[in-house]
Amino acid sequence: MIKDLTIGQYYPVNSLIHSLDPRFKIVLLVVLLVFTFIADNFFALGLMVAFVLVVMVISKVPFSMYLKNLKIILPILIFTMLLNLFYVADGVVLYEFWVIKITVGGISRSVFMSLRVILLIIISATLTYTTTPNDLTTAIERLCSPLRFIGLGSAVHTMSMMMTIALRFIPTLVEETEKIINAQKARGADFESGKLMQRVKAIIPILIPLLISSVRRAYDLAEAMESRCYNGGKNKTMMKQLKIKNGDIISTIVVIIFCCSIITLNIFF
Amino acid sequence: MMDNIIEIDNLYYSYEDEDNYSAVIEDLNLKIERGSFTVILGHNGSGKSTLAKLLNGLYKPTGGTVKVNGMLTTDEDKEFEIKKTVGMVFQNPDNQLVASVVEEDVAFGPENLGIAPNEIRERVDYALKSVGMYEHKDSSPSRLSGGQKQRVAIAGVIAMKPQCIVLDEPTAMLDPSGRQEVIDTILKLNKEQGITVVLITHFMNEAEFADRVLVMDDGTILDDGKPADIFSKVEFLKKCGLDVPQTTELLYELSKNGFDVSRGIISAEETAEAIAKLF
Repeated sequence: MIKDLTIGQYYPVNSLIHSLDPRFKIVLLVVLLVFTFIADNFFALGLMVAFVLVVMVISKVPFSMYLKNLKIILPILIFTMLLNLFYVADGVVLYEFWVIKITVGGISRSVFMSLRVILLIIISATLTYTTTPNDLTTAIERLCSPLRFIGLGSAVHTMSMMMTIALRFIPTLVEETEKIINAQKARGADFESGKLMQRVKAIIPILIPLLISSVRRAYDLAEAMESRCYNGGKNKTMMKQLKIKNGDIISTIVVIIFCCSIITLNIFF
Repeated sequence: MMDNIIEIDNLYYSYEDEDNYSAVIEDLNLKIERGSFTVILGHNGSGKSTLAKLLNGLYKPTGGTVKVNGMLTTDEDKEFEIKKTVGMVFQNPDNQLVASVVEEDVAFGPENLGIAPNEIRERVDYALKSVGMYEHKDSSPSRLSGGQKQRVAIAGVIAMKPQCIVLDEPTAMLDPSGRQEVIDTILKLNKEQGITVVLITHFMNEAEFADRVLVMDDGTILDDGKPADIFSKVEFLKKCGLDVPQTTELLYELSKNGFDVSRGIISAEETAEAIAKLF
């Protein structure tokens, strides 16, 4: 059922990575993403691959889940490989035919670039696999909270409230869409056949009822929120306090050491 | 000593519409006693939902006054105090839950009140336990049944420590078992925690356990009394557009045809006993 669709593909297991403070997780993974670009030789990238493999194992998320992610970007991956393979003319020529010239440099470049893309995908997937959308929202709100010093406090709150409500209502609206589709089908609506334009037009009888009911829901929700003393987040407290644990400090240290090694490898090779 | 939590005097309310001025609530007077369980019955369009929203200041009276613990709902400085005292539960369970984790939703009210995090934690746990949803505290509302969602909504209100809960047709969108869950929860809160309950509904059998039943139509209160008194007036209830429970109707028809049965009974067991006594 579409109802069970999880947004942000969270994978619920208990692992060290799962238990990290989401704020740290976001920052550390962004650092790793940046260092994927900083690593500019095979040794540095090799270390990067090894590190990411360790992270994958610690996260307890099955490798097949990560592979699923890579499958989606396979076309981009192949494109990157081919582009680098043909356009980088560097080193010994292995094969030459008409305008195509394959060189050792080209092969190594294409392997290097595709590894980079793979790493990028896996690192970002780690974040979404190990962090619930709610934690992500909270973390983003907290990370943005310094913005209140430049007068953007209520904007940050509004954004995070919007994200919270959107996450809350996605399953509800999906369910509603299913109902509307079934209701329209029961009245003889045809969504599967016809030319492109006809099919696009067939979506209108789904969208309009959905829009109307969403507006109604919004009114109801506004009244319910008002009844629960919502006033736009002024003086709002949070039940869940994010606490920095030992694991967060240790992972930060590990990532710092790792980044230093990448820089060292970059310099020496 | 009569101690009223809600006092309504000469209440008028009309939606702002210049073309056809028609009052939704007309000259309504009502006092609700602290700790009582009041059921307001009325068919769709009788003005009962509007009345609910007037009770916690979501709507402001066009004329007359609504007082909660002596505070006028038109007093803007008391707005939070009133909403904290009179909690609201609405009809559609999906449209009143804010967060996608049960416990975070329950925490929404106390968070808005600016309560310290560890106290919110205590209140949330307490609220979830009192509606029997504690074991679902980490679930997503979208995975719960209608009755469970409605119980979470009630917990969200309980976490604000209200003295009164107004429920606006909380069971209208639920299946029979969900309805029972919600009604049992409300009863428990009323009896065990002494919370004043105002239950607005068009299901008469939910009025069975009430201390007092009000019948509403055309924006005014037509009758007010004990459940048994109200239920014996079958003709009148039908005239107000209410669905009389089958048991009550059966007894009514029997007594009309000369059988000596007590009227104003709702539950199937009591009805069976009353009929058994005839033979």
